[in-house]
Amino acid sequence: MKIHEYQAKQVFRRYGIAVPEGQAAFNVDEVPAIAKKLIDQTGNQVVVIKAQIHAGGRGKGGGVKLAKGGPEDAKAVAEKILGMQLVTKQTGPEGQKVRRIYVEQGLDIDREMYFAMLVDREARRIAVIASREGGMDIEEVAESHPEKILTVHIDPLLGLAPYQIRKLAYFLGLADKKETFASFAKLAEGMYKCFVGEDCSLVEVNPLLVTKQGNVVALDGKVTFDDNAEFRHKTLFAELRDPDEEDPVELEAKKVGLSYVSLHGNIGCLVNGAGLAMATMDIIKHYGGEPANFLDVGGGASQEQVTQAFRMILSDPGVKGIFVNIFGGIMRCDIVANGVVAATKELGLKVPLVVRLEGTNVEAGRRILDESGLKIQSASSMADGAQKIVAAIKA
Amino acid sequence: MSILVDEKTRVVFQGITGESGSLHARACIAYGTKVVAGVTPGRGGQKFDEKVPVYDTVEEAVKKDGAEVSCIFVPPVGAADAIIEAAAAGIRLVVCITDGVPVIDMVRVRRFLEGTNTKLVGPNCPGVITPGTGPSSTGGCKIGIMPGHIHKKGNIGVLSKSGTLTYEAVGQLTALGIGQSSCIGIGGDPVGGLDFVDCLKLFNDDPETQGVVLIGEIGGNAEQRAAEWIKANMKKPVCAFIAGRTAPPGKRMGHAGAIIAGGKGTAAEKMAAFEAAGVKVAPTPAEMGSTMKSLM
Repeated sequence: MKIHEYQAKQVFRRYGIAVPEGQAAFNVDEVPAIAKKLIDQTGNQVVVIKAQIHAGGRGKGGGVKLAKGGPEDAKAVAEKILGMQLVTKQTGPEGQKVRRIYVEQGLDIDREMYFAMLVDREARRIAVIASREGGMDIEEVAESHPEKILTVHIDPLLGLAPYQIRKLAYFLGLADKKETFASFAKLAEGMYKCFVGEDCSLVEVNPLLVTKQGNVVALDGKVTFDDNAEFRHKTLFAELRDPDEEDPVELEAKKVGLSYVSLHGNIGCLVNGAGLAMATMDIIKHYGGEPANFLDVGGGASQEQVTQAFRMILSDPGVKGIFVNIFGGIMRCDIVANGVVAATKELGLKVPLVVRLEGTNVEAGRRILDESGLKIQSASSMADGAQKIVAAIKA
Repeated sequence: MSILVDEKTRVVFQGITGESGSLHARACIAYGTKVVAGVTPGRGGQKFDEKVPVYDTVEEAVKKDGAEVSCIFVPPVGAADAIIEAAAAGIRLVVCITDGVPVIDMVRVRRFLEGTNTKLVGPNCPGVITPGTGPSSTGGCKIGIMPGHIHKKGNIGVLSKSGTLTYEAVGQLTALGIGQSSCIGIGGDPVGGLDFVDCLKLFNDDPETQGVVLIGEIGGNAEQRAAEWIKANMKKPVCAFIAGRTAPPGKRMGHAGAIIAGGKGTAAEKMAAFEAAGVKVAPTPAEMGSTMKSLM
């Protein structure tokens, strides 16, 4: 699960990671008071107004702006950002509506760097990635100047070792001044504790900066939590989740234990298993169709879950045809058939439906579909099914 | 021969009294798997289905019944600990079926396993099967949740990150009259146990295996590493399929590991790596069996 920058910074504060002073706002009227408080507190006339959306690249898209003229100027800047449709390279051309902003103190920046922690799948360790090139696209730096990036792997039994912190500090040029090094060490240690303590899969600070006063501060904060660890952090997840940033259908699916991703095509898919669900999308495309969704009902879905899944597909107005592709292992074909019939009785079936059933209890499943009186084309294999549904929506 | 398990393998089920644990323990026993013990803390002394002794600890199952392989159906909150318990008890192979284990737990597990001789398959996987010679392939060793009856004893290894897509491949092979030596689902999590390369080595060294079907998916670079290894070492034909050619970037496609991140881990990248390594890539998921057949 992704969270906003201002939420990431709340989490950072709890782990002693230095961040600038700031406060989130949901409407522009709150802004002058926040700006005044920051200016009084820090003595710096500059405040920064930052759009809070989950996608990156906000600055380039016009979602981060300075206000140098006091509280009323901050409000004027906030008016331009709050409510805008912010387009960045990560949002796609439709952009994302800005519903929250963050008002943050201005800082005297000496130098910007890059600092992140993530799970390195290949090394099976948490890795620290550091670069002296801050504010840049780290993938681009990795591509063009790999020597400018230092990767350090953390032994989970030891944690981030002092020698590793020193190595990172030397690489980043933060070891010259004692205070600067101490401030960096505190941030690095805090970030590792945060990563493990909150079950993160990514913590990225871009830029990490050194102020003119020599302090190391996280100017940005991007945190992604491991969805598998939600059971350990129920309250935090519930508190930080922003439903406006998530696809409502995907969220609804998640509530009933289904894995769903919206796509742009018109063939609805209901499949068991993630691999088979992806492969089903692939084969639809291969035969000239466009999948409307990825939907994995999972290995052991109940009839209610299948009914709910099918309901979601039926109520998507973009769906012009449906392909059910099941290879039952734990999943029984009769359960799928019953779920499909139940949802269809409730909502009606106005588009072509092709069903391919294979595996456990396949005869019972086929019988249920036959006896339902629904207009269903049955398929003998996934290739047959994909061809039939593509032909049906073109007819 | 086969890899990892055969009809003599002595298996303990961790979480045998739970809903899925008991369901699948029964199915494995019916298939012919030697399930010699079960473990559920607090249920020691009971019998599962009046036959299989249940213990409080894996250690007892090893000492009293010679368990050598464990199959885990413990919920995510205790799954990592269950793997570590099995390894500490000297289990040589742990098959963890559990879906939804936090990745940081798996980072710790992998670190712990470095000091042991225990191999891990999974988590979030269908398990391992070596088909037998009986009707519907019974009489072999099935450790996991796959439908046993679709298999057929033979000489092709099947290796996959996905459960149902493995069944699809096996179904196609069996329909073409091609049997399987062993089938392994390594799971789709970002950090797990045996990877493609580890399993390819085992298949390469197994005299009974004559070819391998490898099923990968978007995310990470395990497929690219497999392609490199195949190019340098593999003596047997390999056919591959990569799921997720049409998956949008940045979206987790069901499996925790199945995500195209920062433009990396795409299906196209992986297919190109396999083709460069002389691996034949099946054009559609419906042609995994026929592509393998064309290589034999």
